[in-house]
Amino acid sequence: MQDNGITPSQTVGPFFKYGLTPNGEYAWNDAFTNSTLTPDVSGERVRIEGRVFDGDGIAVPDVMLEIWQADAQGRFADPQDKRALPNASFRGFARCGTDKDGNYSFDTIKPGAVPDPDGKPQAPHILVAVFGRGMLRHLYTRIYFSDEAGNAADPVLALVPADRRTTLTAVREAGKAVYRLDLRLQGDNETVFFDV
Amino acid sequence: MTFIYPTDSNKAHPLPLSPEYKSSIKRAPNKPLIPMRHTLSELTGPVYGQETVREGDNDLTRQHSGEPLGERIIVHGHVRDEDGRGVPNSLVEIWQANSCGRYVHVRDQHPAPLDPNFTGAGRTVSDAAGYYRFVSIKPGAYPWGNHHNAWRPAHIHLSVFGHSFVTRLVTQMYFPNDPLFPFDPIFNSVPDEKARARMVSSFDLENTQPEWALCYRFDIVLRGKNATPMENH
Repeated sequence: MQDNGITPSQTVGPFFKYGLTPNGEYAWNDAFTNSTLTPDVSGERVRIEGRVFDGDGIAVPDVMLEIWQADAQGRFADPQDKRALPNASFRGFARCGTDKDGNYSFDTIKPGAVPDPDGKPQAPHILVAVFGRGMLRHLYTRIYFSDEAGNAADPVLALVPADRRTTLTAVREAGKAVYRLDLRLQGDNETVFFDV
Repeated sequence: MTFIYPTDSNKAHPLPLSPEYKSSIKRAPNKPLIPMRHTLSELTGPVYGQETVREGDNDLTRQHSGEPLGERIIVHGHVRDEDGRGVPNSLVEIWQANSCGRYVHVRDQHPAPLDPNFTGAGRTVSDAAGYYRFVSIKPGAYPWGNHHNAWRPAHIHLSVFGHSFVTRLVTQMYFPNDPLFPFDPIFNSVPDEKARARMVSSFDLENTQPEWALCYRFDIVLRGKNATPMENH
C-alpha cells in the first residue's frame, strides 16, 4: 500500500563509523570531513570543539554530529537561497564522529547573519544534527558564538529560557580562533534541542 | 518550487525515550524540544551530486578481490516527498552487517565470521526522478545485549539528505515477514503500525534478475510539501 506518510527514523546504531565517518580506519572513503573549509572561502576561520555527554555525565564515544551553516555573508550554498551567489566553493556542511573521550571538532568559518521569516537578522549561528546509538531520531540544536552582540536580539534564542541559553553558546578561548561548547544529551545543563 | 515542512509529519518518528530500547534511557532529553518557526537555515540544506560518489560505490559486492558470501540482492526504489514527487540528486548512504550478521566495525564482538570480501558500506545519488539502486548481499540477523535473547531483525542502515536540513533522515530498511519484528524494540519504537510498515521493503519479483539476484523495493518518503499545492476540482 502506497501512502505518502514519511519514512520513520531509526537509530544510527553503534556501528556507523565504517560507513559514515571511516576516517582512514576502514576500507571505505569519507564522503565528508569535519571541515567546511575550501581554499577560496572568505571569512574568519575558526575551530569549534567540545565533548558530548549522556545523562550520567559519561562521555559518549559513538555520536555523529553534522553541521549546516551560511557563509560569512550569511548566504547558503543551496539554490533555494535566492538572495545571491554563494561564496566560492564553500558548501557549508561537515560531519564529525566523537572519539573515545566524546570529543568532536569542526574547522569552519564564522557565518554571517541570516534573516528570520520576518526579515529580522538572526545572530550568526550553525545548525547541528546529533545522531547516536540510543537516539531513535537525531536531535537538532544550534551553535551561537559568545562574542556576538547580536545574540541579545536573536529571535530563536529569545524562545529559550535565559538560564538555558549558555547550552547553545560556544565560548571563545582567549587569544585563539577557537570556540568550545559541550553537548549534554540529558540531565543538568541539558542542551536545548529544537522541534523543527 | 518552495517546500514547507509541517512538524505534524514528525509524528511518524519514534519518541526520543523508548524505555524498551535500553540505550535510549540515558541519551534522550528530559526537557521538551523547543518549537520554533523554520528560518532560511532550516529550509536550506547541503547539495551533493555525482561528484560525491565514485563509479561502483552502489555495488557492495565489487569492492574487494573476490565476491562476498551470501544471498545477492538488489535494493532499489525512489526517494520521494510527502506529495509523492521524486527527490532528485539526494545522497543515499548505506551500511550493513555481512550475511552472517557481523559488522566490520571493530567494536562488533558477535562471534560470527567476518568476510574478507565484504565491507558493507555504499553510497549513491538519486537520479532526476528520485530513483536509486544498490547491489549487495542480504545481511544476517544478529544478537545484541538489550535484553535476554535479543536479536535484531535483518536490516540495512540508510542515510538520506533531501531538500533541506530538516529532511535529513537516518533509518533502517527491513525485509518482509521477518519473524523477529514483534520482539525488536527498535522497530517497535515507531508507535504507528502503518508507519512501521513503511520501514519494510517489499519483494520485487518483476525486477529480480533471473540466475543472478533477488530484488527488494524500498521507497523512502522524506518530509516536504509544496507550499502552494494545485487545487483539485
